[in-house]
Amino acid sequence: MTAPHTPPTAGRGLDRRTLFQCLLSGGALLVGARLGAATGLLAADAVDTDCADALQPSVWLAIDPNGAVRIWAHRSEMGTGIRTSLPMVVADELGADWDRVEIVQALGDTAYGSQNTDGSRSVRRFYETMRQAGAAARALLEQAAANTWGVDASACTAREHTVHGPDGRSLGFGALVAAARELELPSEDSLRFRPRSEWRYVGKEEVKFYDLDDVVTGAAKFGADVRPEGMVFAAIWRVPVLGGTIEDFDDAAARAVPGVLDVVELEPFRGAPAFQALGGIAVIARNTFAAFQGRDALEVEWEGGRHAAFDSDAFHEAMQATAHKPGTVVRELGDVDTAMESATATHEAMYSVPFLAHAQMEPVNAVAHFVDGKCTVWAPTQNPQAAQASVAQALRIGPADVTVHVTLLGGGFGRKSKPDYVVEAALLSKQLGKPVRVQWSREDDTRHDYYHSAAAVYAKAGLDADGMPQAWLQRSVFPPIGLTFNPLGTQPSAGELGLGFTDIPYGIANLRCEAGPAKAGTRIGWMRSVHHVQHAFAECSFVDELAARAGKDPVEYLEALIGEPRLVDMTGVDYPNQGETLERYPVDTGRLLRVLRHVAKESGWGRELPKGRGLGIAAHRSFLGYVCCVVEVDVQKNGTVRIPRVDIGIDAGTVINPDRVRAQLEGATAFGIGIAMLGEISFEKGAVVQSNYDSFPVPRIHESAREVRTYILPSEELPSGVGETGTPPIAPAVCNAIFAATGKRVRELPVRKHDLSWG
Amino acid sequence: MKIRVNGVERDLGDIDPATPLLWVLRDELQLTGTRFGCGRGLCGACTVHVGGAPMRSCILPVQAVQAEVTTIEGLSADGSHPVQQAWREHCVPQCGYCQPGQMMSAAALLAGNATPDDDAIDAAMAGNICRCGTYPRIRKAIHSAAGGGK
Repeated sequence: MTAPHTPPTAGRGLDRRTLFQCLLSGGALLVGARLGAATGLLAADAVDTDCADALQPSVWLAIDPNGAVRIWAHRSEMGTGIRTSLPMVVADELGADWDRVEIVQALGDTAYGSQNTDGSRSVRRFYETMRQAGAAARALLEQAAANTWGVDASACTAREHTVHGPDGRSLGFGALVAAARELELPSEDSLRFRPRSEWRYVGKEEVKFYDLDDVVTGAAKFGADVRPEGMVFAAIWRVPVLGGTIEDFDDAAARAVPGVLDVVELEPFRGAPAFQALGGIAVIARNTFAAFQGRDALEVEWEGGRHAAFDSDAFHEAMQATAHKPGTVVRELGDVDTAMESATATHEAMYSVPFLAHAQMEPVNAVAHFVDGKCTVWAPTQNPQAAQASVAQALRIGPADVTVHVTLLGGGFGRKSKPDYVVEAALLSKQLGKPVRVQWSREDDTRHDYYHSAAAVYAKAGLDADGMPQAWLQRSVFPPIGLTFNPLGTQPSAGELGLGFTDIPYGIANLRCEAGPAKAGTRIGWMRSVHHVQHAFAECSFVDELAARAGKDPVEYLEALIGEPRLVDMTGVDYPNQGETLERYPVDTGRLLRVLRHVAKESGWGRELPKGRGLGIAAHRSFLGYVCCVVEVDVQKNGTVRIPRVDIGIDAGTVINPDRVRAQLEGATAFGIGIAMLGEISFEKGAVVQSNYDSFPVPRIHESAREVRTYILPSEELPSGVGETGTPPIAPAVCNAIFAATGKRVRELPVRKHDLSWG
Repeated sequence: MKIRVNGVERDLGDIDPATPLLWVLRDELQLTGTRFGCGRGLCGACTVHVGGAPMRSCILPVQAVQAEVTTIEGLSADGSHPVQQAWREHCVPQCGYCQPGQMMSAAALLAGNATPDDDAIDAAMAGNICRCGTYPRIRKAIHSAAGGGK
């Protein structure tokens, strides 16, 4: 193709320049935001891949003349199964046989749209795109078959890797590639989608996740399994306090460690930390052990700088003091003050959640190779485009000169969307002129995380004669994530407050939500479920407290409080709703009630339990999905808490991969139990106290739930988030269960700090 | 120094004898199925068998290795060990990073106790952390591999 106005074809005649000419000239190329990605631009890696004879109608897939279907996974695999689930949608819409699908991990490239694998949005944001990609390719194959047979395309249907036509004629996908490559790409509005009844994979149990075999044999490749020729190993000493400075250091002992090759300084970050490398002293060695030994042998004099006095105990006290005072009103209904005054009684509580570390099993690490002004990195990253941009900025080269390969991630939970560790590897590779792997130790990972915000949440209710709230005041105080990017941003954003706070779903006539400022001397970042953690803990605990005070069953009380099914009116509230409109994704209390009733019933709510055992319930909407859980605790006489059983259900709308959704609920249960029972990061003199899994424990098999029963509520609504949706209600349900078992109310996490012994 | 790994004798040359077995496997022998999680024997991601016993390779100096080492790559020739089959059947992994260590611990448990109950599973598996929270499926898979089919 030569002229810019010529419609693009489905073969590989498009070079990038031609593509951009098409775009600029408003040619026939499809440029709608979603369809552009679905059927238009070719990403760099797809272009550079061996697709010479393939049908490649979009960045998402290629069909080879031998019939093999390659599907590009542009989101990062950190355990959610997304590398399998989105390609399932393409395969289903295309009519491909899953056994003939190969999944290719995409490079970081804006041609895919966002690749930032967080916010539980991969399916929500790309489900329709994947359907379009599959449908567009199917349309080409069906048209090619129709042309071959001289029939109308409507008489041709693709299924099981074959296009079937009239009179029993059929042609395999591979046989149609050459003809399909000559066709014009179909327009967005011409695409036809399969009815649900024709889905073979989506919503079914047939497909196991793609990497299962590799994981089970140990062949799966994570970040630290990449080893380019000539690679050296680096471990970095970093100042224990954010923004502190190295005054002097002695590296003689480090250099004397056998296998140590070099010791080099990394400049400290400037301004807001954002995704910059923290800076420090890197020990370069022939292997990981020598790098760690050398790093430990460094003698460093350092100053803590402006955060040297940061102390988390004092910080919690300050946040609670803030939460006791009026804050910025972010949602208001009716007249809370008058209703509070006229109430029969009032009830108030202060809830506290500590800083938390992600503690993913794979400590962060990255490999970089800088050569001839270009940098190639291999990293377990949730956000390859941010890695690309951050490396480019640090090395003062263009993003196009940074190639980011995404490996499998040994857990992410939000930590690996912050590519500071990738930047470290890139800076070192540039400095040393050879490929470098930066490997963080567990201690590095625990002490230099982007922590979940510690929080104080205050709630006060004015109760009527039946013990129901006629007024509800809640205040949320926590250091915002924005601090990591702008040290002046001490007030939480509307988006942060929309995480389970301003969208409180209860039917209360007089409601006021307020927020207060906080500023922490550390890097704050998003961790699985983000601020839903503290907001669900406070709200779902407070409801349970009110039910107990009213002498009512918690489930009946919660149902009454939620009230009649309705769409919550968010008029006048700055409520981003995860970037979706309320028309597409309303706050639907009917769906919350449905999952609440389902899980309560399945859990055997109200069943008789021996002394020391109790059930707790919590229900919460997050990431546009609805979850309810019932936790059973067994509090032994010495105060040890065991969790025999958790029932957890989700209404996530349309579900692509039910097995992975159940897995996410099981995982969310363990993650939530960790938040409830164990996790706490604290600071003394600006430095993190904890260092490894002994001081920052996460649940082990006997501390997690012995049995997890999961429920996916059938739904044909738009897909919601899943990965983070299960976690928020777990901690309050655990504490509500502990209250049911012992009469002791835990308002300050983690539970392990409290004496629950009895008898 | 020489060690036997997965049935093959490997010459480690003049390696520092204090080097933990984990880093020998990963950095010297490119057996990357054994994973680094904590470096202090707290998480179990590095679990291998030494003379059939489950060991945390991250705190085991290579000079202390006196018996044959088996890693996930050597648990079976073709991924057919009953534990691996059960892990597939129950689709246990999420991110997968800790799972080789989990499977090595589970295989060692079953070698010594053909039908472990839930408490025995807790005791044997408590040293292996899974941050993704695959514990319910690990439990089911161990019962399944044991033939209990629970």
